[in-house]
Amino acid sequence: MGRLICALILVSSSAWAVIETYEFSSPDLASRYHLLSQELRCPKCQNQNIADSNAPIARDLRVVLYEQLEAGQTDAEILDFMVARYGQFVRYRPEVDRQTALLWWSPLLLLVLGGLGVARHFRKKEHYPDQRLTAAEQEQVDRLLEDRIP
Amino acid sequence: MRAKRFIPLAGFALLALLLFKGLSIDPTALPAARLGQPFPDFSQPELLTAEVIGASALQPRPALVNVWATWCYSCRVEHPYLLTLAAQGVPIYGLNYKDESEKARQWLVELGDPYRLNIADRDGTVGLDLGVYGAPETYVLGPDGVILHRHVGVLDEAVFERDIRHYFTSPAKVAQVSSSGDGE
Repeated sequence: MGRLICALILVSSSAWAVIETYEFSSPDLASRYHLLSQELRCPKCQNQNIADSNAPIARDLRVVLYEQLEAGQTDAEILDFMVARYGQFVRYRPEVDRQTALLWWSPLLLLVLGGLGVARHFRKKEHYPDQRLTAAEQEQVDRLLEDRIP
Repeated sequence: MRAKRFIPLAGFALLALLLFKGLSIDPTALPAARLGQPFPDFSQPELLTAEVIGASALQPRPALVNVWATWCYSCRVEHPYLLTLAAQGVPIYGLNYKDESEKARQWLVELGDPYRLNIADRDGTVGLDLGVYGAPETYVLGPDGVILHRHVGVLDEAVFERDIRHYFTSPAKVAQVSSSGDGE
């Protein structure tokens, strides 16, 4: 069991994160650092946040993040600083603007389209003509069945 | 109602077209956030003279700002072409990015110096303000000091003629702002 836990810890993503030590003046800054460094995307390595990446640019951005947090900048100010230099690309949750609108709204759009498709499908079912037998047909069926019963 | 049968096929064709188009998109090409903005001001030593310079030193314009470093292999590849451009009279300013100045000076002695001047950006702050994420990168500075274009990766004749030449020939096109790249 102990081995399993060790193995699970090793495969968890945080175990792969870059090991660096920053001395924060308050635990609040440290937790904001962790949140922001996971929110910011490494411009060079694309599919890693700056907390996980070993790229030089990610290291630079971590230093900037640390310095700005210690200098008392708000989260919004820090994100604006990064976006001004690297574009909305640098955020994993970009702001909604003309370029990112499709990214944000396409899940909803697909849901609506899918919903319309489903609704259409079920509405069509109701439009089938009345399938109950007429009196004459019922009589015919009864007769046929009667013949069969020994 | 026969047309209805082709809806899935049409949907498939549309999706295939979309995905096929996606193949030609370069995922490493980033939008350049600084396009259309003035070159960020800085205060750094010049590589050779050690005189502290700012963005106003980047004269004359239009000009190229080339981000390079001795640790960057592709910079060595594009260096001969920068020498060619400089010989043609294109002003090129260097941003010596996160490099050791001694090595950089040595490089210029050995390979030739295409730069009008070089910003010695040892800790990468100018690069950071510019949105540089690697080397080489090349920026086009307009006559008014505004960044008009960014090219990520090796600058060669094909790229220059296709994307950059017009900034130096027809003033009418200077207002256009664009980005290209085949990043490392």
